[in-house]
Order: sequence, then C-alpha cells, then structure tokens
Amino acid sequence: MTGPSHPSSASGHPRLWVIASIVVLAAVAAAGAMIGPAGPDWWRVPLAMLERIPLLGADGLGISSGVTEREWSIVWDIRMPRVVLAGIVGAMLSLGGASYQGVFRNPLVDPYLLGAAAGGGLGATLVITTFGRSGLDWPVDPVPLVAFVFALGTVAVTYAVGASFGGLRTSGTLVLAGVAMVSLMTAIQTFVLQRNSDVVREVYNWILGRLSTATWSDVLLVLPYVSVSAIVLGMHRRHLDVLRVGDDEAIALGVPVARVRLVVVVAATLGTAAVVAVSGLIGFVGLVVPHMVRLMAGSSYRVVIPLAVTIGASFLILADIPGRTLSSPAEVPIGVVTAFIGAPFFIVLLRTRQVSR
Amino acid sequence: MSSIEFRSVDVRLGRSTVVSSFSAVVPSGSWLGLIGPNGAGKSSLLRAAAGVVAHRGQVLVDGAPLDLRHRSRRAALVAYVPQEPTLPDDMTGAEYVMLGRSPHIGYFSMPGRGDRAMVDDVIDRLGLGAFARRRLGALSGGERQRLVIARALATEAPILLLDEPTSALDIGHQQQALELVARLRDDHGLTVVSAMHDLTLAGMYSDRLVLLHEGAMVAEGPVAEVLSADTLAEFYGVRVTVHHEADGTVVVVPRRDRL
Repeated sequence: MTGPSHPSSASGHPRLWVIASIVVLAAVAAAGAMIGPAGPDWWRVPLAMLERIPLLGADGLGISSGVTEREWSIVWDIRMPRVVLAGIVGAMLSLGGASYQGVFRNPLVDPYLLGAAAGGGLGATLVITTFGRSGLDWPVDPVPLVAFVFALGTVAVTYAVGASFGGLRTSGTLVLAGVAMVSLMTAIQTFVLQRNSDVVREVYNWILGRLSTATWSDVLLVLPYVSVSAIVLGMHRRHLDVLRVGDDEAIALGVPVARVRLVVVVAATLGTAAVVAVSGLIGFVGLVVPHMVRLMAGSSYRVVIPLAVTIGASFLILADIPGRTLSSPAEVPIGVVTAFIGAPFFIVLLRTRQVSR
Repeated sequence: MSSIEFRSVDVRLGRSTVVSSFSAVVPSGSWLGLIGPNGAGKSSLLRAAAGVVAHRGQVLVDGAPLDLRHRSRRAALVAYVPQEPTLPDDMTGAEYVMLGRSPHIGYFSMPGRGDRAMVDDVIDRLGLGAFARRRLGALSGGERQRLVIARALATEAPILLLDEPTSALDIGHQQQALELVARLRDDHGLTVVSAMHDLTLAGMYSDRLVLLHEGAMVAEGPVAEVLSADTLAEFYGVRVTVHHEADGTVVVVPRRDRL
C-alpha cells in the first residue's frame, strides 16, 4: 500500500525541529562566547577562534583577529567553560525532567522529584558547615563530590522505600516516597543551617545555583555522567511513548515496564546528581523546558528527548547571559534568571498554542 | 489463524481468588463471549491471558504455553483492549496506532519503514485517515474506539482480547465497533475473546458463550443454550424474558415486576 503517509508528529517533521534547534544552540553558544564584561570586542571572538585552527591562522591563510593573549584567556578560560557547562546542565536538567515526566506519567514532575536536589543540597550544606567554604585547602573541592554522593544516596533510599511498598509496578508510591524523602532531607538541612547561621549565605549561594565559577575541570567532571545518562535515555525514548498508555497496556504491548522504569530513573538520576553537584539547584528548567518542547514540536518522546537536550542547553546558556552582564560585576543567580525568562515565555507559548488550536 | 486455550487458570488478586480453575478452548477463527455479573472475573481472565496479571494454570496459543514465550512474542500473539483504554490527549492518531507495532520493534530500535507502512495500511483500511494527524483528545468516543481497535490490529496478533469493547458507546457506535471487529475477524481469521455486559450484543456476535459467576464457569455452550431465562435469573438475580427472533438472534429483555 503506497498511499500518502501519515506523519507521526502533530507539528510536521521532527527532523526539521531537531536541525533547527541545533542551529539555535550554535547561535546561542556563539553569543555566550562573544558577550560579557571585559574581554575583546564581540566581533573579534569568532576571528580569534578561527585564528587558532591550524592552517587558518598565521601559518596558513593568515587570519588575524587582533585579540591579545590576555583577552583570549577571558574568552577561553572564563566564558567558554561557563557556556559549555550551562549547556550541559540545561540539557541534562530538561532531559531528566522529560524522562521523569514520562516514566511517572505526570506533567508536574521535575528531575528533583526523588530527592536528587534535596540530597545534594544536604551534602553540600554538611561540607560547608563542617569545613567552611573558603578555609579549605584540599586538592579536590569536596562540595560537589559529597553533593553527588548524597544526591544518589537519597534517590536510592527513595527508590528502596517506594519499591518495598510495591512501587515498581505502579509509580504512585515512588512519587510519595520522593515527597517524604525530600521533606526529610530539607528538614535536616534546615536544622543544620539553623545551628550554623554564619555560613547561611554560602549555602544559600550554592542552593540558588551558580555557573559563575565554572572551569573546564567542572565540565570534565560532569561530562561522563551526563553522556551516559543521555545515551541511555535516548535509547529508551520509544519506551517512554508506550508508557504513556499506562502500565497495563504497556505490559500487554510487550514492554518490560518495571525494568524500563528502573533504568530510566537510574540514568536520569545519575546525570541530574552530577549537574546538581557542580551547579547547585537551578529550578524551572527541568520542569518547563520539556513542556515548551511539547508545545512546539508535539508530545512524542521520540522528538521530545532530543529536543529537550538542545533546547534545554540553549535555554540555560541564554539565561546565563543576562545573569553575568546585567548587574556586572555582581551576579544575578542563574536560578532567578531562569524563572524570570522562562515563566513569561512559557505563558505566552501556552496562550498562543491554545488560540491556534 | 491461531487457537487459544485456557487450562485450569486461577487468578488471585491479593488474598481473594477472582478466577478459579477456568478451562476453555477457543478454536481458531471463532468468537468466545464471556458474560457474567460485575465481579465475575471476566476482566481478570482477559488480563491474565494478556500477561498483565499473574495467574496459575496455563494459557496456550496453538498448543504452546504463553508463559514460556518472550514478552514481545506474547504481545505479538495476543492483542489486548482494556475496558477503559488510556488515550493520551496530546498523542496523534498515527502515533497511537504505531504503539501497536511495539512487539515487533527491537528493544533499542525505532519504528522502521515497514512499521510505518503497516500503520498507514491499518489506518486506511479502517477509514481513519482523517484522524491520523489529529490529537486523541479532540476525538469522539466512537472515533477513539476505532483507533483502539486499529492499534490492536497493528500488532498483527491473531488473537484479540476485548474487555467490554462497547461499554462507553451509544447503541449505534456499539454496533459499528462490533461490526468492525466481526469484519476484521472474517478478513484476517482472528480469534476473539470478549467480555461483554450487553447480553443481546454478546449473543449476536459470539459463536459460543461462557457464563462466569464468582470466578467460576457456570454455563458454557452455544448462545441459545446459555442465554436461558432460568440461567440468567439464577446468576444475575433478575427476571428476564428471552426472545428468539426468526433469524436466530437471541434478545434478552429485562422485566420489571409490578405488584
């Protein structure tokens, strides 16, 4: 039968969306590298990059940007890691959010649901209150490591509690176990903070989320976890679509529901815990970017998963630009900016889509 | 073309036994209607055959136990339509029908050209082209039910398990949906097992009926035998009149006692 085909997406061609979103991501990343306090003129930055590619610079074509080594170091050592880390964090949070929303069949879920953020926050708080932030002279910063371990540990306990009440076949108990664990972790954190009020500001800065201190080593620290997470989640995007009709029907369609749920939760948690460890709690991205994607390109996870990566990355890179330029040299916390940009944008998107439907 | 056989199937939910030692053979290409009052175990029996709930005893397809099959092979043999299927509002008709291809797609694979052609074919055959790109939330009950049947058909399973396929439909759409199943059964040689509330409809479409009561089979046989006023009175606790029309249709009419 070679009749006209019926495209599987509501809004046309998913591949076009992915390509368009990659173009946007490249543009936003370039803007992130070009804009910022100090540093060279913005238009010299692309030239400086070309100059450093073999055969294009002084040895070959002779492209010359006129950017000094000091200016280049601002671009390469300060702006670029920040742009790349913002991209990775934004991609991971929205990917984690989309996956959690799929696996729990709940649109109000974000990647912090099972306690990754609350656990990470408690871990960071304990390190900062115990050792102080600045007086520390360790070879490795313990805050992200402990935050990472606590984040994973909290989710593991949530999962064990949920599963012990039969939570693997139904997602409801797992969500409730998450709510309980988040409250517990937050309560402990509040208690610890209250007894160490001198470091409240330090901890608060961590909680609000920060990309300002990003270095290439932060990028290398999270990249393996985020890559593994993204690959695993990407491979399960078809299963997330089947899960949308509910556990029973998915089982009848041959999907190993409990196993898929476990694998997706583990993968999403691993990546989320890693980005929480280096960037603190950046709200809004994980909850809302997946919905932006659905409103734009349709709700099939085969489109939502790749677009959550590219649009999540673009969103956070974009949100970070006003954060570092607006009230320079002071920084607006990234978590505040994401909500400030994201909420109105989301409302407009929701409105236009409803009118056009 | 495949037959399905139940061999002393027990289903327990929690501590209560909802189906006990149910045995029946449904020959290839035939339609077995499951009737019985609410809570008789009709749905549980279908869910057990679909692999959704655990059971004891055996369900065999063409003589081979389903439990020994890989889950995707099982799903490719037995298509299950629940009483209240979940149709996500923002999924399109074509995406929904594509879910039926799941048993045929490898764990890490995506739908291929063959799967898309199959989905297009099913959509065309059922005259659902107009709904392929529309969101499920915007469709009527009858349209949704046809898409659910299309999804079941896309699995290419030779056995169709229908749990109250018409309970949410008006009388016209009830008949439309059942006619569709009957036509597909004739075209593809499907074997159908359906649980149905409406005794007249159950009798019209089934080759044989099984009456379940509290998890046990209490009557089994040709339609006219099972739908007798005495049997129904005993197990449904109602007084009914059973009419036999000239064309063989059995009509069950409830009666109201006036004193």
